[in-house]
Amino acid sequence: MLRRALRLGLGPGLLGRGLGTHREGSTLAWDGKVSEIKKKIQSILPGGAWSPLCDTSHLPPEHSDVVIVGGGVLGLSVAYWLKRLEKQQGAIRVLVVERDHTYSQASTVLSVGGIRQQFSLPENIQLSLFSVEFLRNINEYLAVVDDPPLDLQFNPSGYLFLASEEGATIMENNVKVQRQEGAKVCLMSPEQLQKKFPWINTEGVALASYGLENEGWFDPWCLLQGLRRKVQSMGVLFCHGEVTRFVSSSNHMETTSGEKVTLRRIHEVHVKVDRSQEYQPVECAIVVIAAGAWSGQIAELAGIGKGPPGTLQGTRLPVEPRKRYVYLWHCPQGPGLEAPLVADPSGAYFRREGLGNNYLGGYSPTEEEEPDPGNLEVDHDFFQEKVWPHLARRVPAFETLKVRRAWAGYYDYNTFDQNGVVGPHPLVVNMYFATGFSGHGLQQAPAVGRAVAEVMLEGRFQTIDLSPFLFSRFYLGEKAQEHCII
Amino acid sequence: MAAPRASLRLVAPVWNGGTSGIRGLSRAVDPEGSPRKGRTLLRFLADRFYDVEAVREYLLQKQVLKVLQKNRSFTYIKERYGPYVAGAYFILKQGGAVKFQDKEWMRPNGRGLSGELWKLREVPVEAVDASGCAINYQGLDNLLALKELQSLSLQCCPHVDDWCLSRLHQLANSLRELSLAGCPRISERGLACLHHLQNLRRLDISDLPAVSNPGLTQILVEEMLPNCEVLGADWAQGLKLGPEEQTRDTASSPIPA
Repeated sequence: MLRRALRLGLGPGLLGRGLGTHREGSTLAWDGKVSEIKKKIQSILPGGAWSPLCDTSHLPPEHSDVVIVGGGVLGLSVAYWLKRLEKQQGAIRVLVVERDHTYSQASTVLSVGGIRQQFSLPENIQLSLFSVEFLRNINEYLAVVDDPPLDLQFNPSGYLFLASEEGATIMENNVKVQRQEGAKVCLMSPEQLQKKFPWINTEGVALASYGLENEGWFDPWCLLQGLRRKVQSMGVLFCHGEVTRFVSSSNHMETTSGEKVTLRRIHEVHVKVDRSQEYQPVECAIVVIAAGAWSGQIAELAGIGKGPPGTLQGTRLPVEPRKRYVYLWHCPQGPGLEAPLVADPSGAYFRREGLGNNYLGGYSPTEEEEPDPGNLEVDHDFFQEKVWPHLARRVPAFETLKVRRAWAGYYDYNTFDQNGVVGPHPLVVNMYFATGFSGHGLQQAPAVGRAVAEVMLEGRFQTIDLSPFLFSRFYLGEKAQEHCII
Repeated sequence: MAAPRASLRLVAPVWNGGTSGIRGLSRAVDPEGSPRKGRTLLRFLADRFYDVEAVREYLLQKQVLKVLQKNRSFTYIKERYGPYVAGAYFILKQGGAVKFQDKEWMRPNGRGLSGELWKLREVPVEAVDASGCAINYQGLDNLLALKELQSLSLQCCPHVDDWCLSRLHQLANSLRELSLAGCPRISERGLACLHHLQNLRRLDISDLPAVSNPGLTQILVEEMLPNCEVLGADWAQGLKLGPEEQTRDTASSPIPA
């Protein structure tokens, strides 16, 4: 207890972190330190306010090897693979910090739940292929003794991408890459398309690519709960709180060519308990940012991007929340059971939902029409003006439809190249990212979790090489652009 | 796939003695002096909770491995005798029946497979009856190599699920008859991907417990495959009778379902 008081007063600087380091944060003058110590000693003596026994069961633990900021599907996937790939059972203590345990604003549960292999980058295709294999064998990966098996409600109906004249060559090249990686995709001409799906209006469509296997949609809430259950059974601790501060130390070094570099290391994560001013400084070895749409804010807290623009220190994490609407409508004469998830060349998409002629769909707005991401209110006029015309043009039966429900969710949008940020930060040596997937995070989560766990445990990517998705590409300007974005 | 535990963590039982611990106290307070046999067994198992859990996990892993072993791919037979013989061997090993073109049904007899199987290298397989076999997603590889398969019966297969149905599109050119009756894991989501099988003329989807609405599913599948005769639930099953039909129904004899 005296040690705790000493730590509060004097900080970890005296415990010997090596020469040449200095702590960021509060550096009080000597007089201030003396008066602090006096106050602490007075409170310890009988009659003072401090008592050695207090209940901290509502607080997160004081030490944790890995702190994962964000408890959505990506954060839980990283936690799962860490516990699964650790060398000795129980070797790594993991803490998952989640601000909202109802997941009311989390992108995972508000997503449409699709999974596809029709991407243009080979890394994305490989991530998706592994994730689909994970989902297929989910009851072997996430089995917990005596708990019922998971039913993901997977619809293997496939994705149908339609391309106009301009996009046809790109689509052909993409399909070639997809087939090379092992995805089962077929190309269809407008005549074949009309024969197979008579309810489509093929006007303006030059080429279509249809995923035959391993594509479809599933229930993301089930995956989230399955991961949560399994990860808790493996010994990962959960904390209901918000990260408010990172305490780090800097190391000024020089490269061989004489350039000055400042490497930082995070020592503590301050987790503020929900609905209270109390916070707990969690001492940690590694921090993983998997906070989805709020990853940009968390990265700013950690000091990423605070530096002269154009330098590596000044490169921010370019992930910001973008609001997307999803509408559920009923159309009695609509497409039948065979309808895949259809993506129009204009960007509108829809899929069948259930057996009662209900359909889910949406449309990604252009940069100028982006709605304000401050809240999750739904704009119904957006459907009338932007979504419905495209849908009705593509599927004539959709001219008579009735919107039943609508909701909005966030994309953790990577403004640089709309692909995920995975792996360590070059300057903050113990921080890792698993965020920024801009709408296809859910379908790549199991594979990304494994990749991040491999980087943390082995030091490099072993199964899928995600070097094009490292943070350093923002500084070097190398875009890993994905062309098939819905 | 999760690897089986390398070692069973069998902890040596700690004998508490009669007096130490809360359990000892309660035993001392327990009015019934001699506990019944069932209670000692339960207490014995409860004391060794983690060991029992490890044993159960081990037994579960053994079951899973058994199914995987049955569904391995027979690459040697495929290279030496061709895909038709490999597929037929797979089915016969599982306990199903195979019919080659212009031949009779071949079933596994008690003493092993008949010798004439190995001579049928060039003869395509026409029909497969895999009812009750433990075929899963991996094992389906052997069946999908049979490109001239016309009739496939997967009745009451416990491991055939929606993922397996999504692979059947590879048999779309030849498959005329398909039976999925009684499979516990197939739902309407898997039936949706049968629309690739445009040459199908007979489809049996009766008695599928995982399908949420059998009557509606029947109608939707019939619409999806217009040239196919779909056997399954009666579309009126599951519909509630209106008030006037109810009184009429109780008066007359019950309508056969």
